[in-house]
Amino acid sequence: MSTRIKSGGRLIDRTRKVSFTFNGSRLSGFSGDTLASALLGNGQTLMGRSFKYHRPRGVVGAGSEEPNALMGLGQGPTFEPNQRATTAELHDGLQAESQNHWPSLSIDVGVVNAALSRFFPAGFYYKTFMAPRAAWKHVFEPVIRKAAGLGKAPTEADADRYEHFYAYADVLVIGAGMAGLQAALEAGRAGARVLLVEQTPHLGGRLLSDEVEIDEETSDAWLSRTIAELQDLPNVEIRTRLMGAGVYDHGYVTGYERLTDHLHGGEGPRHRLWRIRADRIVTATGAMERPLAFAGNDVPGVMLAAALRDYVALYGVTAGDRTVVVTNNDDAYRTAIALKRAGLEVPVILDTRDAAIGPLPRQARDLGIRVELGKGIATVKGGKKVEAVEICSQAGEGTVLETIPCDAVAMSGGWSPVVHLWSHCGGKLVWDTDQSHFRPDPDRPPTGHDGAGFVLTAGAASGALHAADTMPDAVAAGRRAARELGFTPSDTAVPTANAEAEEPLQPVWMMPAGASYKLRSKAFLDFQNDVKVSDVQLAAREGFESVEHAKRYTTLGMATDQGKLSNINGLAVLADSLGTTIPQVGTTTFRPPYTPISMGSIAGAARGPLFKPLRKSPMDDWHDANGAVWEPVADWRRPYTYLRDGEAQHEAVHREIRNTRGNVGVLDASTLGKILVQGPDAGKFLDLIYTNMMSSLKPGRCRYGLMCTENGFLFDDGVVVRLAEDKFLCHTTSGGSERVHAWMEEWLQTEWWDLDVYTANVTEQYAQIAVVGPKARQLLESLGGMDLSREGLSFMGMAEGDLAGIPARVFRISFSGELSYEIAVPACYGRALWDLLMQHGAPLGVMPYGTEALHVMRAEKGFIMIGDETDGTVTPHDLALGWAVSKKKQDFIGKRALERPDLTRPDRKQLVGLATQDPATVLPDGAHAVAGTNEYGGPKTIGHVTSSYYSPTLDRSIAMALIEGGANRMGEVLEFPVDSQTVIRATIVDPVFYDKAGERQDV
Amino acid sequence: MSDPRTALQGAHFAGDVTVTDAGLIGMISIRGDQSDSGFRTAIRDVTGHDVPDQREMRGDATGGLAWMSPDDLMLFCGHAQANMMAERLTAALGDTHNMVTVLSDARAVIRLHGVSVRDVLAKGAPVDLAPGKFEPGSIRRTRLGQVAVAFWLTGQDSAELVCFRSVAGFVFDWLSVAAAHGASVAYHAKPLT
Repeated sequence: MSTRIKSGGRLIDRTRKVSFTFNGSRLSGFSGDTLASALLGNGQTLMGRSFKYHRPRGVVGAGSEEPNALMGLGQGPTFEPNQRATTAELHDGLQAESQNHWPSLSIDVGVVNAALSRFFPAGFYYKTFMAPRAAWKHVFEPVIRKAAGLGKAPTEADADRYEHFYAYADVLVIGAGMAGLQAALEAGRAGARVLLVEQTPHLGGRLLSDEVEIDEETSDAWLSRTIAELQDLPNVEIRTRLMGAGVYDHGYVTGYERLTDHLHGGEGPRHRLWRIRADRIVTATGAMERPLAFAGNDVPGVMLAAALRDYVALYGVTAGDRTVVVTNNDDAYRTAIALKRAGLEVPVILDTRDAAIGPLPRQARDLGIRVELGKGIATVKGGKKVEAVEICSQAGEGTVLETIPCDAVAMSGGWSPVVHLWSHCGGKLVWDTDQSHFRPDPDRPPTGHDGAGFVLTAGAASGALHAADTMPDAVAAGRRAARELGFTPSDTAVPTANAEAEEPLQPVWMMPAGASYKLRSKAFLDFQNDVKVSDVQLAAREGFESVEHAKRYTTLGMATDQGKLSNINGLAVLADSLGTTIPQVGTTTFRPPYTPISMGSIAGAARGPLFKPLRKSPMDDWHDANGAVWEPVADWRRPYTYLRDGEAQHEAVHREIRNTRGNVGVLDASTLGKILVQGPDAGKFLDLIYTNMMSSLKPGRCRYGLMCTENGFLFDDGVVVRLAEDKFLCHTTSGGSERVHAWMEEWLQTEWWDLDVYTANVTEQYAQIAVVGPKARQLLESLGGMDLSREGLSFMGMAEGDLAGIPARVFRISFSGELSYEIAVPACYGRALWDLLMQHGAPLGVMPYGTEALHVMRAEKGFIMIGDETDGTVTPHDLALGWAVSKKKQDFIGKRALERPDLTRPDRKQLVGLATQDPATVLPDGAHAVAGTNEYGGPKTIGHVTSSYYSPTLDRSIAMALIEGGANRMGEVLEFPVDSQTVIRATIVDPVFYDKAGERQDV
Repeated sequence: MSDPRTALQGAHFAGDVTVTDAGLIGMISIRGDQSDSGFRTAIRDVTGHDVPDQREMRGDATGGLAWMSPDDLMLFCGHAQANMMAERLTAALGDTHNMVTVLSDARAVIRLHGVSVRDVLAKGAPVDLAPGKFEPGSIRRTRLGQVAVAFWLTGQDSAELVCFRSVAGFVFDWLSVAAAHGASVAYHAKPLT
């Protein structure tokens, strides 16, 4: 049984107890523990159930590669599933629950899947859920969805906050083990700006567990000296709990910082996503130990050899009292030696090799540990914990030679460099036959804009596994990074690192080499997705030869750990099954992030009110305080209507319309786009941009204009005002101002750069208020300061002056058909003018009106709205706006396209008005008109409703529609089937429903 | 005459960095050929500033001239003086092709003050804000989170920031969250202890 031992554990503080809960039970650990070490210390080896077969699982590793010990942490709004117990730091009040079991961790009904495992082979889903077809939606999918995924999804919104941070460095070093520290030191001494990041809370990496002599000092002494020197360098910044998550083009790196996960109720953001630009990136990410594939290698208590000694050295816990070590290399002997020295039993070391003659095996033997050569494990006995191992000859088929009782197994299949960050942006790998692993190919790095490699590797991440090789490799990386950026690194002697020499390993991909099907079907490659040796072999037999296909077919490496432990072993089994070599099979793609990062960190500050920018007009606070029902219009919010006590929305809209048509209404039109176009060629330019003639406009006059794309389709409209001979103000739609401004700039900068024209988007410089209705003039005259009489400012005229002392530009334009003025004042006076209008208008019955009243009134007049009557396929002629398309102009954007046969054919969809036969029935927006049958025998659509309202002015419904050949169908009755029972009938009429002669606006 | 008011109406937030509405500021966009000697002379004569180089800020929001793009400068002056300054500029630029536009109310100016001002900006702006890389006298037109801004340092612990008026509230709220206590990054400057 796992337990806390009396001494040791350099990272824990035994004087500080920490209490936490696991599946509701109160347990305690020490400050400095990880959740995994604390659970082991409490004798809790069983930590979860596997995904597919619900097999009991315990912790395998001691770091971020952990596939098994996944927990749901926190509760309610702080709950997060699939967190690795090996990287979760223990803190008071931590709540953890194991996953994927019912009703409890130790009694799990889902284990029945394990008994049926021969019916769940690789590709099970693809093979099984094929027929009947209807069953997919109603039976298979619901069941699979329920079974899918390990952790539970959170049910409440995340209570924490997150942020981003942009950082820049000459050299970014990722990983602060011996190699990372030394590389950072070299680059830092040379004067480069260095950022050193480490995913764990501690600097030192494997030096914290494995003693190395460096320049005749202990590694601890070297560590403190090196860290102190780095901290003294002003150009070096060290950050812990910050993982290098992804490497992207141009030296862009994402870093994942965990700020409060280790605290009990910490303030501030929980995670911070660092967005780093570095000229050179040094990955000093170390290496990961590989498991061995033997039957029962997933029984709780079977762990990676290095992890076992890490738990002893760092946390003073051990996985068991009697640990069998199984290995193909010398490094695992360190575990046997460490355990023995900690007073624990190591009944045997099973070494697959025929000889073990290095200093480490010698030390082990000297400590009295039995070493069996050429041996391996046939199977592990035990269910929820290891009870014994059955020994066999590695070369054979698994005949049991001896059964050795034990409660833990330390396995080591050799080490693979962590190549993920090197590979993210295209760094290539080579197969290292001597060490049986893929390592970065220094000749094929990820390259930057100048063709030079921007990622270097240092130490074990380069494949320099032995300390004696790690140190010079790290020195070289640090110096090279600095030199390539123009710094002068020192050329002093490289520190000497000494550790026990190691003999070569023996590649072992399956144990024993001739394992029977029975053994192979219990030998796990991917612990998290329950992929066994037999599954990969089956995939190969079924023709999945490409590694990417085999991965997806078997789900090998597709779990949340992305195959950190299973990758190489799986490739090797696949290569063997295909009768080819591992380098020929190659690896699957390494993609960021290195380990899963929180969704919150990706969103950063963008949540709640900061989710998306909200644009507010200068009068926004008045609207908000006066009953505005908000409507999003592009990024703006605009009042849809203003509710009064007890009113329904449609009642408020009707009141606003009646009041505007009967008295006077005011509209906040500040969101309308306003683009200033100035220069000697301004008129010429606008003649090209608009379909109609703008150069003939007289200063002080307004003209409604249309803009088409090159394809002849209408895309924006608005009133153009000539302010002076060389100066125009172009109004655009509220949502169109940025688009139209960019459109103008694109033409000016790329095609018509010879025109002397400047543009400026002045939308936000002005507050704009429409004063509309028969009493509009009376209201404005009461403010005083400008002559706004019929003669003083005629329809489609513009005047500048002071209105109640506020500098104003007044446009006599109308989108409602009423007597109407739009008044633009500097935005800082917007609220003041609005208040004056409300105050002076009170005796006249002034009321504000919202966008819905605006829409209804424009529809009563048959005015089109961009986005309602247009959809990117509609020409001005389709909308009976041919009068605004110049026939005289030599050219304008869209002219040629408008002459194409398809845009001139008479049966195009054309704008019509619709009067429903029942005046009380309002057609739904978008309703289709049908006539006859289409080629499939169904009803044929001949057009659709583009705008539809109830008009309080006419006391009936009104609508506009685009109907095939509509211009020549006046008086026809069309059918609009709106559901299976209802057909609405409507007569085609003129789209101008109200005051066709335009008498009301011209008074 | 009615009182003019800013979008933020004097808003103030105190966290690790203080965030404050700078009040009414005159801002004038000056488009023209910056390599033209006549243009350069006219600018200097009227504004008192030499035409700034690329990404250069001369002065500050109380009186300054900023480089905005290869053919766009922004003059900062008193709000009440903006129209008069614009007229003088237009007159001085004469017949050369130019455009002088008062944009004082299209934008909002926010002042930031505190040791961690560089860190707060670095939470939203992809700009190298390290001392030595970004110093008073430089301007960046960039973004803060999702919105366009421009900013410059007015000292080692203070900055001014310009954004569009309609999003002034959003930017203010964003800065208040980024500058809140407990969220210090201590990357560009160590907080005083």
